[in-house]
Amino acid sequence: MEPMAILSIFVLAVFVGFEVVSKVSSTLHTPLMSGANAIHGVILVGAIIVADHSRTNLELGLSVTAIVLATINMVGGFVVTDRMLEMFKGKKK
Amino acid sequence: MYDLIGLAAGIAFILALKGLSHPKTARRGNLIGAFGATLATLVVFFYVSPESSLPLNNLGWILGAIAVGLAIGVPAARKVQMTQMPQLVALFNGVGGGAAALVAIVEYLSLGTKASTADVIFTVFTVIVGCVSFSGSIVTFLKLQELMTTRPVIFPAGRFIIAATLIAVIGVGGWVVAALGTTPLLVLAGLSLLFGVLFVLPVGGADVPIVISLLNAFTGLTVAASGYVLDSVLLIIAGTLVGASGTILTRLMAEAMGRSLFGTLFGAFTAKPQESSGASEERPVRSGSSDDVAILLNYARRVVIVPGFGLAVAQAQHTVRELADLMISKGIEVAYGIHPVAGRMPGHMNVLLAEANVPYDQLEEMDEVNPTFSQTDVAIVIGANDVVNPAAETVPGCPIYGMPILKVSNATNIIFLKRSMRPGFAGIENELLYDPKTMLLFGDAKASLTKVVSALKAL
Repeated sequence: MEPMAILSIFVLAVFVGFEVVSKVSSTLHTPLMSGANAIHGVILVGAIIVADHSRTNLELGLSVTAIVLATINMVGGFVVTDRMLEMFKGKKK
Repeated sequence: MYDLIGLAAGIAFILALKGLSHPKTARRGNLIGAFGATLATLVVFFYVSPESSLPLNNLGWILGAIAVGLAIGVPAARKVQMTQMPQLVALFNGVGGGAAALVAIVEYLSLGTKASTADVIFTVFTVIVGCVSFSGSIVTFLKLQELMTTRPVIFPAGRFIIAATLIAVIGVGGWVVAALGTTPLLVLAGLSLLFGVLFVLPVGGADVPIVISLLNAFTGLTVAASGYVLDSVLLIIAGTLVGASGTILTRLMAEAMGRSLFGTLFGAFTAKPQESSGASEERPVRSGSSDDVAILLNYARRVVIVPGFGLAVAQAQHTVRELADLMISKGIEVAYGIHPVAGRMPGHMNVLLAEANVPYDQLEEMDEVNPTFSQTDVAIVIGANDVVNPAAETVPGCPIYGMPILKVSNATNIIFLKRSMRPGFAGIENELLYDPKTMLLFGDAKASLTKVVSALKAL
């Protein structure tokens, strides 16, 4: 892809990232961190792509390990965040 | 087509972060995020890249690995106790960083000489930061799980060792870019793992949540960098979002704790060995029985409950609510004084008390509750220590100096429910325990509270 296009995407995403969380109460710091943590689990997509490219056993072994780790990160992250937030429900009276 | 769906997933992540920033929409936000991630993963099976044919190579391995990941991740997240939540998040973040580093290494191996200089630079970045995030998160996990000391670990020439390791990491990184080889890349990974350990070791207990958040932002950036190498817009968007929002979040957390982000980050370089805070002399403390506590409460008009990690450990949130309800039925005004970082993570107490259905309007945040302590008859501190320790205001140079605290010392009476005289997570002696108006009730928080409840009922 064009370096300029990539740079534009990157810079805009930085601003969006800053903007969406700029006002968050301290109560939600932990679930937000946990949710963001789960989102970077999409490295799973990258791990699948490199597993597809893998030609040697070493490459395949490493990418399979990456898939396991990324899946733990992504799925575990969303589940644990949901559990945290579940406890917040019902606090609105 | 793939990029279009990638864009949709990217939008889902933005909406997820947006939702997670507000209490009402938080849960839905998380689900939107999960939807985006699932979508992105499913689609990659059909549109991997222009030059690849379907189905994917090594499909069996890929599906098997996902199944293994699910089998580990889901039960871990389901079964974990609320008290262990922070270290699980640290662990999840660490494995994410490890995955990013591995992806970068594999892509580097398979690109071989086809890699452009930019590819190599981004690979080096991902390997360094991913490995630091991985080993650093493991150390924070060990600290939070109390498998190792929670105090800052500082060795004599620590800062020089850390600085030397950092220089070595950067040097080897340059070597990889210049020489292109597998060996330098593996050396780089090893050194980066070492640096991650050294970077986190000197961090004191109270700062651990900030470090987890920071490493989380780091992992986000590595995902963005892998996105560049793999030519995936989705990874660039998702990684950058997490990197940017994680950085802001880290700063917000540091502010909530009254710490400077810079100080936390570079604590490793500036940390001095702590002077031991006096000999652990035998000083008199006033300990009371559950009956004494019940009598004190019975004649109070306003009581503030200050929960801490001890409450979480003892799973005493339901018992504390029972006590509060009992006091309210006796016409006593009850509030919970919530320190933003009580427990092991910001918002820990809110989560715990919400689980026990404590009405939200009884929870008072620090700024709200602090001015009211002078009109408070009894402050009950349940398994909290550092967040009420006056040393944060009076002892410059102590690890928590400058952290805003709950000023329970302004209350007429203070009751501490503690397991022992052991100091808190940050390892600092608390002068308040020796205050003449303090009464200590030793024992497990839940057992003690149960006794207080029955004593108060009998009055």
